[in-house]
Amino acid sequence: MPEFTDLLFYAFAGLTLLFGFLTVVNPFTKNPVTNAMFLVLTIASMAGLFVLLHAFFLAAIQVLVYAGAVMVLFLFVIMLLDLKEEERRQIKWVTLGAGTVAVAALAGILIKAVTRATALAPAGKWLDGETKPLGRVLFENYVLPFEILSLLLLVAMVGAILLSKKDLK
Amino acid sequence: MNVGLNHYLVVSALLFCLGLLGVITRRNLLVIYMGLELMLNAANLALVAFSRFNANLNGQVMVFFVITVAAAEVAVGLALIVALYRKRGTAHVEDLTSLKL
Repeated sequence: MPEFTDLLFYAFAGLTLLFGFLTVVNPFTKNPVTNAMFLVLTIASMAGLFVLLHAFFLAAIQVLVYAGAVMVLFLFVIMLLDLKEEERRQIKWVTLGAGTVAVAALAGILIKAVTRATALAPAGKWLDGETKPLGRVLFENYVLPFEILSLLLLVAMVGAILLSKKDLK
Repeated sequence: MNVGLNHYLVVSALLFCLGLLGVITRRNLLVIYMGLELMLNAANLALVAFSRFNANLNGQVMVFFVITVAAAEVAVGLALIVALYRKRGTAHVEDLTSLKL
């Protein structure tokens, strides 16, 4: 009899993979807005997986930053670029076949490596995901990367503003 | 069989491959970007799983950094796509052949 959390894992993992597949393939329409919506659903189900891994803070961040901010940015740009004529494109079957074969081979290698690996983690001692220790680690051991990250965000902001100026040389 | 680290790693590997499939086969720049996001998320999932089952918080801090860098990357990348669309009127990779000899 599997535990309830195991059932939840299978549910969220299945949903994540299903929505991820639909993000990439999307058989319903050729409109990229649908892909973006499926990506939102993928990210939301991944937040469920994070909760199952007791990473509660990261689950919240995942929903707020990824499903919220990043995807709103995506939708803005999709609606800004009017991609109507992009819809009528013929798929090249050679590219599709070669890409699928290559990716399937990679998937086979990865899964074989993961299933054959032993002693990836010591048994028994698991992390309980409180936010307080995470904050302590972040601000005690990783202060300099944190500050560099703030600088990176500033640079990204300036870059985005500069790139979206009208008279870009 | 209880759900352990290997289960999460398999999900992460499959999600990564889906993202890679999107990057390789799709020809719309925005959908390629979404594939990139999927790959980043797959790496995040693997990091969180390792962090949980090894009782080590550094993985979660790493995921925090990855999410922030991904946000910055999306901001700059989408600005690039908008600038490109304004200049060339397309967001389709097969039309972007200026570097071709």
